[in-house]
Amino acid sequence: MTLPINNGNEGGPPGIGVSIPRADAYMKVSGREKYASDYYGEDLVWCGVKRAGVPHVVIGEIHTRAASETPGVLAVLTHSDVRGTNRQGVLQKDQPVLADDKARHCGDAVALVIAEDRHSLNKALDLVSFDYELLPGVFDAEEALEEGAPILHENHPQGNLLLSGEYRTGAGASAMAECDVVVEGSFRTPRQEHAYLETEAGWAQVQDDGRLFIVCSTQTPFRDRSEVAEALGLDLHDVRIKAPYPGGAFGGKDGVTVQTLLGLAALNSGGRPVRMQWDREESFLAGTKRHPARLYYRLGAKRDGTLHCLDVHMVLDTGPYDHLGGVVLALGLEHAGGAYRVPHVNLKGKCVYTNNPVGGAFRGFGVPQVTAAIEQMIDMTAEKLQMDPLETRLRNAVRRGDKNSIGKTLVNSTGLRECLKALGEHPLWKSRAEWKAGAGAFKRRGAGVAALTHASGYGPVVPDVANAKVELTREGKFLIYSGVVDMGQGNATTNLQIAGSILCQPTDGMELVLPDTDRTLPSGSASASRCTYTFGNALIGAAENLKTRILQRAADLLMARSRDEIVLIPGGVRHLVSGKDLPLSVIAGFMDEAERISVHHFKAPTAPENFDAGPGIRMHGFPHTLFSYAAHLALVEVDELTGEITVCRYVAISDCGTVVNPQIYEQQIQGAVAQGIGFALCEDLVSTQGLILTQDFAGYVIPTAADVPEIDSVPVEIFEPSGPFGLKGVGEIAMNGPLPAISNAVADACGVRIFEYPMTPERVLAAIRDACKRISE
Amino acid sequence: MATEVRFKLNGNRMQMTVEDHWTLLHLLREELGLTGTKEGCGSGECGACTVVVDGLAVNSCLYLAVDVAGKDVLTIEGLAGKDGTLHPLQKSFVENGGIQCGFCTPGMILASKALLDENPRPSEAEIKHALAGNLCRCTGYVPIFASIQAVIDQGIEEVDVVVRQSESPSD
Ligand code: FES
Ligand code: FES
Repeated sequence: MTLPINNGNEGGPPGIGVSIPRADAYMKVSGREKYASDYYGEDLVWCGVKRAGVPHVVIGEIHTRAASETPGVLAVLTHSDVRGTNRQGVLQKDQPVLADDKARHCGDAVALVIAEDRHSLNKALDLVSFDYELLPGVFDAEEALEEGAPILHENHPQGNLLLSGEYRTGAGASAMAECDVVVEGSFRTPRQEHAYLETEAGWAQVQDDGRLFIVCSTQTPFRDRSEVAEALGLDLHDVRIKAPYPGGAFGGKDGVTVQTLLGLAALNSGGRPVRMQWDREESFLAGTKRHPARLYYRLGAKRDGTLHCLDVHMVLDTGPYDHLGGVVLALGLEHAGGAYRVPHVNLKGKCVYTNNPVGGAFRGFGVPQVTAAIEQMIDMTAEKLQMDPLETRLRNAVRRGDKNSIGKTLVNSTGLRECLKALGEHPLWKSRAEWKAGAGAFKRRGAGVAALTHASGYGPVVPDVANAKVELTREGKFLIYSGVVDMGQGNATTNLQIAGSILCQPTDGMELVLPDTDRTLPSGSASASRCTYTFGNALIGAAENLKTRILQRAADLLMARSRDEIVLIPGGVRHLVSGKDLPLSVIAGFMDEAERISVHHFKAPTAPENFDAGPGIRMHGFPHTLFSYAAHLALVEVDELTGEITVCRYVAISDCGTVVNPQIYEQQIQGAVAQGIGFALCEDLVSTQGLILTQDFAGYVIPTAADVPEIDSVPVEIFEPSGPFGLKGVGEIAMNGPLPAISNAVADACGVRIFEYPMTPERVLAAIRDACKRISE
Repeated sequence: MATEVRFKLNGNRMQMTVEDHWTLLHLLREELGLTGTKEGCGSGECGACTVVVDGLAVNSCLYLAVDVAGKDVLTIEGLAGKDGTLHPLQKSFVENGGIQCGFCTPGMILASKALLDENPRPSEAEIKHALAGNLCRCTGYVPIFASIQAVIDQGIEEVDVVVRQSESPSD
């Protein structure tokens, strides 16, 4: 489709470092973009899921008769209708598509109903029932590790322990004895819900050729294809998955949600198209969440503020299934010590099965949890030493060539110090004393900082690869095949910018093909801050290669001495010697298909170090080699009477390499900061005994337009030689900052620190009251 | 039970039979195929389904379809000109980065339009208040405010001011 939007450079190619409007903007702003949830079609049927509603039971007979006799119902399916393994999961296949032996949390799917319309579907779902034998449940990750705790997966060799890691550098925790000051803290972070506006949704149909076609809101079409095929007993090539722009994802669509269920429904709908869309309550119940974490920290430093020893123990609640829990643990361990040089480190972590909602990928992947802890430990250390918190960070911040807190030598661009220094120069930091003094009656103001680091890519074992494809059509247009989903982060546009810049074409001379297992090439997940880094590198290769072929072919046609005399211009080529132009359509006519399509493979660099953090931890991504950095500042006001925290101003200074599109870069920072503010102040998916108590947006509150402050995003552009045009990942890092920056600011304002999150007014008031009591005693 | 209703939709006169339990959201998306109006919660908490009825922003998931009788309904599909020319708010959202995943965008833009039609020079607090019922999970709202502010700053001449009428033109 042609985009009736100029790219800021009327008719010319997009520049690198320029905010060209998003390629998807016109369609989205006019309501014409077709999301997975917008697929209907002739003869449509609806499908939906009966959820267990009980947290831990042995499933007996499933009663489907009443439901199947409901007018308008086509079929009621259970596990016995699944012909494949009936298991899914990213790494461990421990999650049933339709529960067979047990239900392990309230959101487990027990039966699948296909009906003519939504109304009969809901009626039938109410009529499905099943016999069960109640099992004791376990709803606390630490209790789940105790002797005699109810076991979720009887055949899992380590009981409820999904994965554990242990890692030591230097003398480990024993070096604590050599420290002049030691601070301790235990922190609890909440279960955060992704709350994308588009719930899990999709559409499927068995095509005339017998292949299963699924259109769904996903971050991982290629991996979904394997999961669906295996679970349903189909050949991989008999499944096609197409991924339109999701209406938000943030990790919650990293892996199968509706896909397998939709596929199963389509196989049983008599060839009619099927649609599934979870309602908000179902999305809260059955979708994945950010792992709640318990973090036990001890940090020791020398008198001059040099960090010396770190001892960490963390327990993550992964709910009943692995999903990506192991990866979250590995990233948590890797980032537990932040971006500091610490010579003696002892890290222990456990990721544990419980009967709570499923833990999974969520922007930050374990790093927001540990950053919450380490960045407050730094402030607590600074306070004890009566040092400036920014100064303390600068003293210990990593530089290129340093070993970070797990002993990984930093070989890529490392701009943390530059970020911290820029923060020190920021007018809001410099004027913080006056600002604080301006607090009104019963208000306290404070400033808090946090230093951040975030790895990108899959780590040393799982290949972090992308395969880009660029085509010159017979008509002389370029097709850019996006292998990685754009869930709103803007990488589709960045792809046009990269390709357009190399091929010298305006954005309207190019067309995007969105991820589709039949058309684009496998390029991994839209996650791990890798999208533009990995795919962008592949795309540069594909575009350069195609450019060379076009120039060569044009040189032959124009009888130029070499292709160096030819350049690409918008819509064509020019022979610089003769001044002759040829349109691309003419050149394309002389090239056969194999020549007009260029593909390029890129594999992201990995860390050669072989760190032993326990079996499986390396496979889950420990350690990485490429990191982004940032320094954040929060200015907050606390109401002493209500306990309410208002974030008044926020500054995010980031080293994510060079900036290809400033607007998209800023959006990533601002959006992540807003999610981080929610994580810090109000978001908690509360459940008791596995039952979710916050079932809607009235109970689970995310920041609204009235809650988010002005967010100042300042890039510190340090060229990263391995990145496309010098960039690094920017998608996740800003998520890590708000909780510790705000908590540090609250401590600065009121002299109290809150260790359990979110920092609700009740918790703030209780902390202030406790502090008053301690003083009066 | 079904009722015959007449109303105006994006400038077109409509006459159709609607079931009494249908919401306006259902009518738009599932009966008329206008999928630009989104469903984010179905219970009046997210604003993704916002449309403008007689100049007022409403959550179409809570609005009964029969209640549009005699009214003038504007959805995102009807905001741009027939030739595809964007409304100043749409253009501003594109230029100022008010869009990421775009799922909140139709609702955000229509809520903003209703606000500006009513109050062409709202204060920052008034903008925040008017949009507090429209959730966005992607942008942190900052570029959304910037998009609206840019339209306000451009001057109101470009924005077509709709005077709310007690009598709908479709009657
Ligand atoms: S769908 Fe109507 S308010 Fe959310
Ligand atoms: S742009 Fe995604 S919800 Fe607003």
